[in-house]
Amino acid sequence: MTVTRSGPLPGAGDDSAPAVYDVAVVGAGVVGCAIARELARHRLRVAIVEASGDVGDGTSKANTAILHTGFDAVPGSLESRLVRDGQARLLAYAAETGIPVEPVGALLIAWDEEQLAALPRLAEKAARNGCHDTRPVGPTELRRLEPRLGAGALGALSVPGEAIVCPWTTTLAYATQAVLSGVDLHLDCRVEKVRQGDPHRLVTPRGVLRARHLVNAAGLHADTFDALLGHHDFTVTPRRGQLIVYDKFARGLVRHILLPVPGRLGKGVLVSPTVYGNVLLGPTAEDLDDRTATGSTAEGLAALRAQGRRILPALVEEEVTAVYAGLRAATEHDDYRITAHPRQRYVTVGGIRSTGLTASMAIAAHVVGLLADGGLELGPERPLAPVRMPNLGEAFTRPYEDAALIARDPEYGRLVCHCERVSRGEIRDALDSVVPPATLDGLRRRTRARGGRCQGVACGAAVRAQFEEARR
Amino acid sequence: MIVGAGPAGLTAAATLAAAGAGRVEVLERDPAPGGVPRHCAHGGFGAALLPWRPLDGPEYARNLADAAVRAGASIRTGVTATGWPAEGPGPAAWEPGRPEERVASPAESLTLDVTGPGGLERITARAVLLATGARERPRSARLVPGARAAGVLTAGELQQSVNLYRMRGDAIGRRAVVVGAGPVAPHAARTLRDAGLEVVARVTEGQPPSTYRRGLTTDRVPVPLLAWTTVTGLVGQGRITGVTVRHRGGRTGTLACDTVVFTDDWIPHHELARAGGVALDPATRGPVADGAFRTSVPGVFAAGNVLRGIESAAVAAREGRDAAYAVLRHLAGAPWPSRTVPLVVEPPLLWVSPNRIDAPLARRPFLLRPAEPLGLPVLVAVQDGRLLLRTRRLTALDPSRSVRIAPHWAHAVDPEGGPVVLRTR
Repeated sequence: MTVTRSGPLPGAGDDSAPAVYDVAVVGAGVVGCAIARELARHRLRVAIVEASGDVGDGTSKANTAILHTGFDAVPGSLESRLVRDGQARLLAYAAETGIPVEPVGALLIAWDEEQLAALPRLAEKAARNGCHDTRPVGPTELRRLEPRLGAGALGALSVPGEAIVCPWTTTLAYATQAVLSGVDLHLDCRVEKVRQGDPHRLVTPRGVLRARHLVNAAGLHADTFDALLGHHDFTVTPRRGQLIVYDKFARGLVRHILLPVPGRLGKGVLVSPTVYGNVLLGPTAEDLDDRTATGSTAEGLAALRAQGRRILPALVEEEVTAVYAGLRAATEHDDYRITAHPRQRYVTVGGIRSTGLTASMAIAAHVVGLLADGGLELGPERPLAPVRMPNLGEAFTRPYEDAALIARDPEYGRLVCHCERVSRGEIRDALDSVVPPATLDGLRRRTRARGGRCQGVACGAAVRAQFEEARR
Repeated sequence: MIVGAGPAGLTAAATLAAAGAGRVEVLERDPAPGGVPRHCAHGGFGAALLPWRPLDGPEYARNLADAAVRAGASIRTGVTATGWPAEGPGPAAWEPGRPEERVASPAESLTLDVTGPGGLERITARAVLLATGARERPRSARLVPGARAAGVLTAGELQQSVNLYRMRGDAIGRRAVVVGAGPVAPHAARTLRDAGLEVVARVTEGQPPSTYRRGLTTDRVPVPLLAWTTVTGLVGQGRITGVTVRHRGGRTGTLACDTVVFTDDWIPHHELARAGGVALDPATRGPVADGAFRTSVPGVFAAGNVLRGIESAAVAAREGRDAAYAVLRHLAGAPWPSRTVPLVVEPPLLWVSPNRIDAPLARRPFLLRPAEPLGLPVLVAVQDGRLLLRTRRLTALDPSRSVRIAPHWAHAVDPEGGPVVLRTR
């Protein structure tokens, strides 16, 4: 069970003690961690190599947190197949590991005649994507389903299979289970060069990591890493999505994921509940050059508020809890770019857009198949180490509400973060976990501490004191 | 039962217990009683009580807590009121401009669910006083765009880090910018200096605060003040490296810093009130309350900064004392008003508290806050076209401070009439 953040990599600089991994997965986002977890079913030496200090620290941490049906994918595409397969797998996995999921369903809302006319085509497309339970909703029923909806909605398409999920816990569950099952996770370990051979040598500031097979799950940097191996199949154009998170009092305003009807101007802005009990408004869609531009802009936020006021007028009167921006790893292609290069013992997992969270487990199974086709001897399967994740979902019992738990350990009754009702016990557990957080933001993604309406006014100092005490 | 052991809650507890109100219990979610003064290392507290030796915040907080305990109240710390039982009235809808009067039966309203290290409890009381205080609105709620990086905090988090957790120097940062020019900003600048940081500038969108104009800054080393300047964004990767600003004249620039402290934008801790269906006032964002601190739910009172955001500890403590007398009258059987008259303000006035008038009981002065600086305005109160008050203020109004309006005119309010509107002529 190994998680490293500093020091030389195993075997680095010591050729007499070769530490050659069977597979190195580059990138510890939701997709990379899912692939490593899938590989951990076999007796293989597997490493995840991640440039940042935490898992899920890139695209995976900042998305719309929706577990998709894939109803609006391009029928027949790899994305369509993997999203549908991945949704079933992740739903089952969430039930097994305690990842919060709420099956709230979605309504695709038509605000004008053109959008209304598009709904039957969308229903038909959904059916071709294997999503057969959509149905049209008239304006009267729509008003009953969503009483706080803004004026002017003409109708909707109901997509009951859409759900909301906790993206942070999902990535962390994969990583935790992979590590518990023998995968080495090397954080703060940016790959700078690749020396191809058998094994390949990944050059990092912490030494050279050797691996026979490589998986490129580098997200926003997948094309850069591909180039290191001589491939130029696609270019990642970061597409920024800014989102506003509204306070928990807004949660009562909306019951479903309210989706726009995709039009000429892209997919548009949605309003969605979150499993943490908030409401999301976003995302914007801005194509950028800078792969680090995760800031918000005044124009972006103003545009979101204008759209939000139309969709759910009462929403914009509520307090804002947080603002964030994520970068989707968009490419010039419509579909995922999952490509095997068997002679190089290398698989590229590129162009995984916003559906990647949903599809992650299916992508993992697909990629492991490609690795096996490329000569990786998988050997027999073995059971993975069981994991049970702490619950961050507001719809399920949280430790502060659990009398039996507090009776066993009073630290769960000692609230530190009052807005999110996070106890000292939960913070202690996260700091002591298999993949502990390196930063306060990492701690927030594991516990919600400091993530509430006051953003640390009340608890920031106390949480930080506990964090730093644990690191001493 | 009193929720919140700050100046309002503790003073109310001491007053109630001393008057023999029966069992008086204060719930406090922090590990120690005292509220915000507990984080304030600066002096000037309690001057009304001890004019010869004003206390610092922690001393003042200890005094208040000691007084409450001596009077016979019990203070339970580390205990959080998480809400009203599920069968209670449920959350109030937020209706801007139209606060709804919503009344639940006392049996439902006066039971609170509580979490503490001792487990879960359901506590029922004959009267509940909400004294939950206020908090600063953080950067996100102010919609300040730009990088989401480390080094951004509020004055409250800063003061706790430095004064309670003894963080110093690099643990906080090196160069700081303070956003805001109200009463807390100088304290934030001083706390930063005490922790060893350089304070690069204070930035305010409006005019310089009157203390600056009169040369009365409380800073030991004056901090450059950029007035008429808007923070347009935060810059940095991982850690803040600067603040971009735009001056009223259109000039833009970047202030290099690794720490940004947001101050002086306050919102009541109204969550418990709202979760209990207590009607809120859209202007103050605190519970609607009359001059006797009565909310829309019978048996539920509210006092202190939960009513409207920041006022001084002395104001909160005085309200706590006065609210205690109102609670005593209620416990003695005084009827809860079935109808009170709303008091609303028009721009450029921001809010008024109390914002419900029960004419026979209109003894408490009104606190009024403008949204912008006003020079010697004439204030007018009108009900259904009838003039109730017309008075010229003899001092300018400043958006960072409230003014008091004497209540005499409120006796003439028609209890059956429409809302009273308070505006500048």
